[in-house]
Amino acid sequence: MSQEKASGGALPGPVKQTSGGRLPWRLEYDSSRIRTPWWTPILSVALALLLCAIFIYANGMSPVTVYLKMFKGAFGTSYGITETLVKAIPLLLCGLGIAVAYRISVWNIGAEGQLTVGAMAATAVTVYFPNLPGLWSIVLMLIFGVAAGAFWGLLTAIPKTHFGVNELITSLMLNYVALLALDYVVFGPWKDPKGFNMPGSPVFTDAQSLPVLGATRLHIGLIFALVAVVIYYLMVRFTRWGYELRLIGANPTAARYAGIHIKRHIIIVMLISGGLAGLAGMAEVSGVSHKLMQGISPGYGYTAIIVAWLAKLNPLGLVVTSVLFGGLIVGGFSVQTIGLPSSISEMLQGAILFFLIAGDMVTRFRIRRGA
Amino acid sequence: MDFVTQLLIAAISAGTPLLLATLGGILNERAGIIQLGAEGLMLMGAVTTCIVFIRTENLGVALLASVGVTALLGMIHAFLCITLRANQTMSGLAMTLFGSGFSAYLGKSISGNPLPGILPRLHLDFLKPVPVIGDIFGNLDVLTWLSFVLVIVLHLLIHRTSWGLHLRAVGDSPATADVMGVHVRLIRYGYVTIGAMLIGLAGADMVLTVAPTWNEGLTAGRGWIAVGLVIFARWNPVRALLCAYFFGALDSLGFRMQLLGSAIPPYFLKMIPYVVTILVLMYLGYRNRNKPSGTPESLGVPYVREQRF
Repeated sequence: MSQEKASGGALPGPVKQTSGGRLPWRLEYDSSRIRTPWWTPILSVALALLLCAIFIYANGMSPVTVYLKMFKGAFGTSYGITETLVKAIPLLLCGLGIAVAYRISVWNIGAEGQLTVGAMAATAVTVYFPNLPGLWSIVLMLIFGVAAGAFWGLLTAIPKTHFGVNELITSLMLNYVALLALDYVVFGPWKDPKGFNMPGSPVFTDAQSLPVLGATRLHIGLIFALVAVVIYYLMVRFTRWGYELRLIGANPTAARYAGIHIKRHIIIVMLISGGLAGLAGMAEVSGVSHKLMQGISPGYGYTAIIVAWLAKLNPLGLVVTSVLFGGLIVGGFSVQTIGLPSSISEMLQGAILFFLIAGDMVTRFRIRRGA
Repeated sequence: MDFVTQLLIAAISAGTPLLLATLGGILNERAGIIQLGAEGLMLMGAVTTCIVFIRTENLGVALLASVGVTALLGMIHAFLCITLRANQTMSGLAMTLFGSGFSAYLGKSISGNPLPGILPRLHLDFLKPVPVIGDIFGNLDVLTWLSFVLVIVLHLLIHRTSWGLHLRAVGDSPATADVMGVHVRLIRYGYVTIGAMLIGLAGADMVLTVAPTWNEGLTAGRGWIAVGLVIFARWNPVRALLCAYFFGALDSLGFRMQLLGSAIPPYFLKMIPYVVTILVLMYLGYRNRNKPSGTPESLGVPYVREQRF
């Protein structure tokens, strides 16, 4: 192997690593194994459920009852299923945005804030232009929501590209800023005068609300999200831009030598990432809550991080995982009826992520006979 | 006491948890492991302190429990990052997500219950006659004094001892350290665990001084500010003290302006620490654009023996 390397092979061969010692078997680490087996995400979810079952049991509840309750709440009734899909919409949109950024290792964890400002900007349209004719409200709300989210993404991108500031810190700090700004407008200037002193904007008119499917809460945002997934797939797979993204993701040094403008790509992916989260925020206020209020997002931006990671940035995987996690959120709400906190679903999400990243690496180890 | 002295006292009290968490982060990152789980670790430290303190009414046991729990979580992070060579960013995020969910779950039963006490204070009466010093240092709590001691100890450890040399070597060039006979993995495990314990102690401090009761998500991003402060302090414990108090002052300045009936809405005052974190990091990035930032050279890179790059 050293011969091959010396003879000028540009790519280093797989690095095989062994643990020392005198055991009858050895552990071998194969760093060239980048693709993980299809079953690791499934196993991670199962192990996370098992771990949390232990905590639930230790807390004096039956894990079977709790999990059944969660499952029935999320997928057991037609109401549950539509609610799960309603929750899957922002997860899919934010998860897609996060996946685009992760393609070139930009760790956007600010989807929560980007979603919040998107929702605020969409509401601003209803507050300042209350009587627009026809479809204009919706169109303007869409534009404002996406633009505000993209702007919030830009606030993370510029410090990274021009000042070398870690995007994790910036995007997270901006989440807190966005949530405080939300508190300010719902308690202050945009508070509904007819709202019995409750924080929140006035309720949207029909012209300001996204159309819903029949008598459910499932709104047209689902179409936006699915269209976005298809565009994501086509862009990444078939355009020059997508090729450059994949190249930067695979080897940033090589990409730089190839003359790819990495800074510009960082700014573009953050604009897209933020814009999609802003769209999610617009869809939430206009399609679900029909007014701006506190807690517009029960942590969609954070859950979407796991959605993106669990899906391995794969478009179809994103659809599946966002429905799964939508179900987890709905299930988390439904256990509240038996006196458990809904944070159980957050705990599960963290545990799933733990097992997932561990699983990605564990599957690179192989046990070999002989020392 | 005049306004400035009061602000200094408030800055120290609000800055102590930031300082402890920053010191923990510095130890982690000096050893070459990124710790983005600070927020989750602080929450777990805080909730453990509350639960054990309410159950046992013994502060010492509560602090030990919180340090123990966060040490365990730190070891999980170390196992993922060092043994399994997992993505350190993702592991830290998982820690934060799991920590905030699990702490909310655990703390549900005691949410809002007052704790049976706060941190004992050291009354140094002999300092009383000294004008400003007496007011500031005469009545500090034990964890604040511990943080002072830690700053000195860690400064000496990192810059003046052979252990510190090993620590820096492991963070800057693990391969070289390994060749020189330093046990890279052991040292990394050790400092990640100790770092996590300090971050857990920061959570305990927060809950025992600022508001002696558990509320879901009570750290409100302090863990992330500490992650920023590690960079701001350029991985140096003494700078960490100054930076933490600067942010403590910002934090309490907003609160004080609110009390004084400032015309600025409180929401904007609460934004100050977050916005300033970003601006300061941008300034530092701009000023040090052509200089080494002081980042440990191998930060975030898993060390694999016999592997080049």
